[in-house]
Amino acid sequence: MTDATLHDGQPAPRKSSLHQLDALTKKRNAAESRFKAYGIVAILIGLFFLVVLTVTIVRSGIPAFTQTVVAVEFTLTQEQFDDAESKLMKTGAYQDYFIAAMEGKLAERGIEMDFDPAAIERLLGKIGSNLREHYRANPGDLGRPVSFELSASSRVDGYFNGRVTRDTLVESRFLMLSDLDLVDALSDAGLLKQAFNWNFITGADSGVDNPGGAGIGASVVGSFFMMLVVLVLSLPIGVAASIYLEEFAPKNRFTDLIEVNISNLAAVPSIVFGILGLAVFIQFMHLPQSAPLVGGLVLTLMTLPTIIISTRASLKAVPPSIRDAALGVGASKMQAVFHHVLPLAMPGILTGTIIGLAQALGETAPLLLIGMVGFVARGYPDGFLDGFVEPNSAMPAQIYTWAARSDVAFYDKAWGGIIVLLVFLLAMNFVAIVLRRRFERRW
Amino acid sequence: MYDALHRQKEVDVNEIKIAARGVQVHYGDNHAIKDVDVDIEDKTVTAFIGPSGCGKSTFLRCLNRMNDTIPICRVEGSILLDGEDIYDKRVDPVQLRAKVGMVFQKPNPFPKSIYDNIAYGPRIHGMARNKAELDEIVERALRRGAIWEEVKDRLNAPGTGLSGGQQQRLCIARAIATEPEVLLMDEPCSALDPIATAQVEELIDELRENYSVVIVTHSMQQAARVSQRTAFFHLGNLVEFGDTSTIFTNPEDPRTESYITGRIG
Repeated sequence: MTDATLHDGQPAPRKSSLHQLDALTKKRNAAESRFKAYGIVAILIGLFFLVVLTVTIVRSGIPAFTQTVVAVEFTLTQEQFDDAESKLMKTGAYQDYFIAAMEGKLAERGIEMDFDPAAIERLLGKIGSNLREHYRANPGDLGRPVSFELSASSRVDGYFNGRVTRDTLVESRFLMLSDLDLVDALSDAGLLKQAFNWNFITGADSGVDNPGGAGIGASVVGSFFMMLVVLVLSLPIGVAASIYLEEFAPKNRFTDLIEVNISNLAAVPSIVFGILGLAVFIQFMHLPQSAPLVGGLVLTLMTLPTIIISTRASLKAVPPSIRDAALGVGASKMQAVFHHVLPLAMPGILTGTIIGLAQALGETAPLLLIGMVGFVARGYPDGFLDGFVEPNSAMPAQIYTWAARSDVAFYDKAWGGIIVLLVFLLAMNFVAIVLRRRFERRW
Repeated sequence: MYDALHRQKEVDVNEIKIAARGVQVHYGDNHAIKDVDVDIEDKTVTAFIGPSGCGKSTFLRCLNRMNDTIPICRVEGSILLDGEDIYDKRVDPVQLRAKVGMVFQKPNPFPKSIYDNIAYGPRIHGMARNKAELDEIVERALRRGAIWEEVKDRLNAPGTGLSGGQQQRLCIARAIATEPEVLLMDEPCSALDPIATAQVEELIDELRENYSVVIVTHSMQQAARVSQRTAFFHLGNLVEFGDTSTIFTNPEDPRTESYITGRIG
């Protein structure tokens, strides 16, 4: 713009108006809006799958946590007790008294039912021995009403949650069509109710023909001890290795080679670690088979690369000016690292550790190879140290074992096991988040 | 602008604190410092000036062996601190850095409280036997760093929450808290505004009473204002070294003249 144009009193010709978008700007804005839309769509797809997954797991898993119980108030007199104890078939006598009592309850409500002792056994198991044990242990209960809650077989559970119907039922020694009439009668009489299945959470694995008695408690303990081994070994080893490699090691061909190999190890399929564990820890070192200690060692091998890679990344992310500052006031290299760099890298290290632990927690294949299959988890370890060496299973292996069993009732248990596994994982994450908050005082 | 130049500066002859002889620095294949001889006097501010990449910062980092942290960096020649070669095998660079403190270009306080920033050095060197002594050291360092009045009420506030100029004075206070004998400053004012710069320069002038200060600066005005001796580096060579007033008013080398008159740089 020159003076001449100003003096003409005419506005200078404007190339473009800010109020009108030119073609390029329009194109650019459109690209940006499109990208935002893609992002939102991607997030929605992710959320959709998350919701589907959660709903499926919860819906399929909830039946594992409930159990159909027969709640009966029952009175056994001293005479009946003495009479039953004098008989040859003691538990059979108790069962007869119980059936009589139950028939009475049904009659009170105007329901006539013929009772087959075998049917009762199919529905409620060996109740005679349960009753006998109770009265022998609590003689004070004789002669007064005691309310019993007897858990029904898993087929009855299946009947109530729709897995077993009258049309699809295959008669077997586990359940007959006529038994369902009895179940309906008991249900009409209000003697059946749904109760929380504590045994599923606290119990151990059961036999292949007793899905109702299966519990995941022992495997949770197995997983806990395994995670303890993994944490105690992989965190210090991993962090020490990363600090050395990142801060102290000379940069040469050899350290480059180590670096590449650590990255490669992170990508090795887990079953390879399982075979390695079998060959080295069990066959060569003769560590006990199926022990959480061995499982923990194998999973440590698997977790180490993850922890090392994430720790090195977070050490690298600490600004070099902090190291300079520490060295500048006369701190040694180690003081600079431990006083300043490591605390700043701690949140990242914790994140990597929790990712590694979560991977290890869900790992099944290597555990199967070292013998930590589900049916091993038949009981709790005797003590804390025994927890490391006594044969046990872990949650994912237990879930796998259940899912592989032919009895469909175990299918519910597998889903329920997944819920317990996820709750365990969430608890671990929660602890990590709390710890990270404490370290994350980055000003 | 060059007022300071015309101010009569008393240039006392002080004893030599650091004597560098035949110093060569290689960064891999790059010959960064070529045969430099410099004498740094005690209780004097020595300025290193020169265009970017001339090697002045590299040379400064040789004086407390900060270059040791760079694997590809190789230093030859001798640098004597009070007559002792700092590159001798027996010298522990950590001990050296306690004697030769450093302030960096970008203020880099630790992400800790103001108190802990200052107390860190004295703590790791075991300079205080108890909390009261440490408190005293912290207060003295902050006072000498000319920042005590601004932060005395919030010693537990994070050091990173201060303004840029305050952060840099905090870093200077942190550097002098360990009672060094030499203070190296690598462009300490390049990230600061003019007011903060003036405060830091004033501080440098006060520090001269007790320390030998070496400052690398891009600003010739700053060199003229704060230093008594000036070294001009160009392409890895020490072109000229002498009294600041001489360098700025009557340089011997044509390259120095070109630089201070703005023709190269």
